[in-house]
Amino acid sequence: MASTFARRRRGVRDRAEFADAAVRAADIELTGVTKRFVTPSGSMYTALRDVDLEIGPGKFCAVVGPTGCGKSTTLTIVAGLDRPSAGVVHVGGRAVDGITTGTSFMFQADALLPWKTVLGNVALGPVFRGTPKREAQARARDWVRRVGLAGFEDHHPHQLSGGMRKRVSLAAALINEPSILLMDEPFGALDVQTKAIMSNELLGLWEQTRPSVIFVTHDLEEAIALADQVVVMTAGPGTVKAVYDIDLPRPRGAVQEIRFEPRFAELLHQIWASLREEVERAYSRTGPSPSAKEERS
Amino acid sequence: MSALPRSRNSDMKPGSLTGSQAAADEAAITARVRGTARRRRVLIWAARAAALVLVIGGWQLLTTTKIVDPFFWGQPSGIVRQLNDWLRHGTAYGSIWLQIWITMKEAVLGFVFGVAAGVVTGVLLGQVRFLSDVVSPFIKVVNAIPRIVLGSLFTVALGLGSTPKVALAAVLVFFVVFFNAFQGVREVDRNLLANARVLGASRLAVTRHVVLPSALTWIIASLHVAFGLAIIGAIVGEFLGAQKGLGLVIANSQNNFNPNGVFGAMLIIAVLALTAEGLIGLLERRLLSWRPPSQGEAGRT
Repeated sequence: MASTFARRRRGVRDRAEFADAAVRAADIELTGVTKRFVTPSGSMYTALRDVDLEIGPGKFCAVVGPTGCGKSTTLTIVAGLDRPSAGVVHVGGRAVDGITTGTSFMFQADALLPWKTVLGNVALGPVFRGTPKREAQARARDWVRRVGLAGFEDHHPHQLSGGMRKRVSLAAALINEPSILLMDEPFGALDVQTKAIMSNELLGLWEQTRPSVIFVTHDLEEAIALADQVVVMTAGPGTVKAVYDIDLPRPRGAVQEIRFEPRFAELLHQIWASLREEVERAYSRTGPSPSAKEERS
Repeated sequence: MSALPRSRNSDMKPGSLTGSQAAADEAAITARVRGTARRRRVLIWAARAAALVLVIGGWQLLTTTKIVDPFFWGQPSGIVRQLNDWLRHGTAYGSIWLQIWITMKEAVLGFVFGVAAGVVTGVLLGQVRFLSDVVSPFIKVVNAIPRIVLGSLFTVALGLGSTPKVALAAVLVFFVVFFNAFQGVREVDRNLLANARVLGASRLAVTRHVVLPSALTWIIASLHVAFGLAIIGAIVGEFLGAQKGLGLVIANSQNNFNPNGVFGAMLIIAVLALTAEGLIGLLERRLLSWRPPSQGEAGRT
């Protein structure tokens, strides 16, 4: 109970600091991060073990790994939604305790409020941070336009297609001008064409504001097409297996076309060899495991 | 493909298909679909009317022929006579409108207090895990008690006025609304909560923008049941001791061996409850207008 109160108090302090949070990107550093859960049956489950990872300011980092390797857990820990059992996360040089300042999070499932309109959903960030309603709405209107949804401001989420909802999520995540952007398979539920369009859109918007990004995905090609650095994680308990620098030039242009570059194929080959072992290891263990549950958080 | 439906159509509606153009086919199809839908509606209403006539008529017939004793089971014609009598001459405690007003006032007041207390408690306990863990066994115990019995207590303690009825109605309403509000808060999508927190929402803002609207679906669903319970609370409260109200009218009819009076008052209460139900439905549609239309009916249970 005491810790809950302490966390709440810290939450208040963090909000006060939102005002002077630097808009520019922050570097992210995980040192020895371990996360254990007590499963409902009472046994211990290690989701992450000794994760060391460094992401430079303004870098786009993609994390790939088999199902249940703790990719999502890593994101929630960086966001401050969850605490590591051991180890520490630094964002912009400050150790994370409580919600990390200047973060935006994009979830695999829609995190839009179904009872708010597109405009209302996008304006949430500024409203939560105390921006006057009129100004928040003006900024939201601008962002709705920037993700190509002008004219849909008064629609409710259920009236939009999956791709359009993702655009709203993207606008809602970027309107706060985050210094780090955490994305948990944001386009996983989309069809292939829509996914490609959204990836281009994301790259375009990211290149304007350049926050540091951690992008979790199952799709290795997507990871290489988007990222500066691809992290391969081992099958659970997850830890960093290898980090690959992606030296494809920026701006990348259309993600569909970069796949035809010889360098892309080379990288894909190389990283897949490393990833395949883990995928096979995870697959051979399939059966009733707590991993499926863990992956949701 | 068009030969079969056309010949079938000509059986039912000769002359509705004259041309062989696509437009005429289109019109014919539309007309046929409309016709089918209309026939179905008519059939349903006819069946409903038949069911009503069967029940009321059967009742009247059985009691007139003395197969069923009207002294104990009343009679439709007697109920109409009783209602007419109340409208013209009033009841023993003043006009029937006054009785209705008293009972409705008690029910509505009890409803309002019960809902307010239920929502506040439910949202609070739903959000503060520690608090809910502490009080949950007590709530289970209190919920297991037949709360209608509290009416006796309230009548003794609070007298014969409106207060004990309002209190009983409020208690009955409270638990239904409380459990739904509590459950509704617990069911809030974790992603939505996490997202709001990451975006910088304070606890209060999370409650206002995420938790309450999300729980509202549950809360409003409970209101349909809750108003029925509020009326029951008011009536039973009046039963147990009152100077005015429909419950007293029923109790008095019972003491006078007047089943028509019981049925008559029951009918009035049913009309009131249906009206209230309609109003709550309106409120529901207003507050939950953001929901996709397909859920409109499913979410009401």
